Amino acid sequence: MKNNEQNVLSVSQLSYRQSSQFQLQDISFDIQKGSCVGIIGPNGSGKTTLLKAVTGFIPLISGQILYCNHSIQSYNQQDLAKEIAIVLQSTELDPSMHVEDYILLGRNPYRKRWQFWESEQDIQIAETAMKITQIESLRYRQLNALSGGEKQLIRIARALAQEPELFLLDEPTNHLDIAHQLQILTLLNRLKHQKNMSIMIVLHDLNLASEFCDQLILMQNGKIFTMGAAKDVLTYQNIESVYHTLVIEGENPISKKPYVFLVSEDNLKKSMTQSKRSEMPDK
Amino acid sequence: MNQKAIKCCITSSILLIILACVCVVALSMGAMNISIDKLISILMNQNESTEYTILMQIRLPRILVGIAVGGALSLAGVILQAIFRNPLVEPYTLGISGGAALGVSICIVFSLNQTYALSLPFFGMIGAGCVILAIYGLKSFGVVQNVQRLLLIGVMISFISNSLFMLIISLSKSEQMHSIMFWTMGSLEEPNRMLVYCLLIVSLLGCLITSIFSVDLNVLSLGEADAFHLGLHVERVRNILLILASILTGFCVSISGIIGFVGLVVPHFVRLFFGSDHRIVVTASYITGAIFIILCDLLARTIITPLELPVGIVTGLVGGLIFIYALVKK
Repeated sequence: MKNNEQNVLSVSQLSYRQSSQFQLQDISFDIQKGSCVGIIGPNGSGKTTLLKAVTGFIPLISGQILYCNHSIQSYNQQDLAKEIAIVLQSTELDPSMHVEDYILLGRNPYRKRWQFWESEQDIQIAETAMKITQIESLRYRQLNALSGGEKQLIRIARALAQEPELFLLDEPTNHLDIAHQLQILTLLNRLKHQKNMSIMIVLHDLNLASEFCDQLILMQNGKIFTMGAAKDVLTYQNIESVYHTLVIEGENPISKKPYVFLVSEDNLKKSMTQSKRSEMPDK
Repeated sequence: MNQKAIKCCITSSILLIILACVCVVALSMGAMNISIDKLISILMNQNESTEYTILMQIRLPRILVGIAVGGALSLAGVILQAIFRNPLVEPYTLGISGGAALGVSICIVFSLNQTYALSLPFFGMIGAGCVILAIYGLKSFGVVQNVQRLLLIGVMISFISNSLFMLIISLSKSEQMHSIMFWTMGSLEEPNRMLVYCLLIVSLLGCLITSIFSVDLNVLSLGEADAFHLGLHVERVRNILLILASILTGFCVSISGIIGFVGLVVPHFVRLFFGSDHRIVVTASYITGAIFIILCDLLARTIITPLELPVGIVTGLVGGLIFIYALVKK
């Protein structure tokens, strides 16, 4: 771990229990400013719960969450929303709402007590968020007229309108085609570099996580199984222990980052029989 | 000035003009028609003519009750639909009206309304408040976590309170039964002038308070988690608005009886035409609700003169038909 001052988020010994069962247990990690941390793990391993715990949405049993060296409890809820934005997994959207109105809701943390209408500055910031996410053309569209990818982009744009320092995303590439997956992750990468934004992202695709994240946290049953750089986390042993599945470790030929090949047992058996046959001498 | 603020002002002004026109028509029409040009001279002269008495003692209070009840029930619908994120929610589906009806029937059975005029709305609000407390108590003690399940419990409470209401009717004396049944059918007629003014003040205050929370309603319509992460004190806002919805419904039901459909149809109708921004929806729903109920009351008292239909029947018929038309059209 590096200097504490570089940490935008410090989580130590975090535990959360729901109806006598631990959902999160003894979780500790740091996120450095301008870095991207990927949370990976099987379904039900506590990834989404961890994101919600970090924002204070769920009450913890024990542990401490420091945002910029201050406990998140010491933050006013509205002030915290100016610092941390979250894009939750496919939240239902009001179908009759317009894209622009939806994105402007991201300015809510900055609203003054008796302010009913957005200021010029709010509108400009929302416009910038739309420009960054390349959804300016959707501005006057209703939310029910958007595709899955477009909906995900407007969720990100709304979170960007909060102007956060720390950006949390829960499976933003879910149900999206590969072009949209790449578009969203490239956008996040750009934000990280251009705005020095810190990102914590839950991903199911291990290869995308390896490609775009500086550090990975592999979770299992509410605990951190291991964490570190992709090359240390995405090993055959780790993946087999956590996911109980066969994989082959490899490398992305362009980025030289670890690449995981999925192998089904049937195919593996087939391939072994074929190789045995080819080894046998021709009669 | 913000473009949306201008849109809100224009929308409200147009609706207010329509409301004023509807009020004038409602004043002039009835069992005894009074022409509009004559209307002004009668009101200006303030003589003790029959027309003046009809206007001031019968039609004007009805219009005032219409504005208050139509506006308040629409507001309750807007609030509940935003909180539960369900377009089919209204005070009736949640059992708030049922609770109010139960409170009022108890008040009538014990003849408390004859001693204290304000006891009727008081019992109505207590009934509505008990339902809200029961629903919310279940949530607060962790028995029910999910908002949609809370909604289902509300529906069940509605059935229970309706059954208790029927039980009270069946056990009451015949004159009390008549009194309760008459009240149940829904009417804008309220002889007690103080109650009319109280209702109007409560309803207008409700509109003001809901308008103050209109941006919060926008945020709340994103869902609990998103609203929390946008810095909204979800629990606090929800509690205030639910209490407000129960006060509005309790007061309205206790004075005008059960007038269904307004809380469901009006917010829907307004959203279809003006979008989902609560800063516009709240005021527009209030005025549209008032227009709708005054028009329905006008129909109820003119369609088969000299007989008068209960306004609840007309709101159900007209509201349902308009609603289906608007849905098919859009």
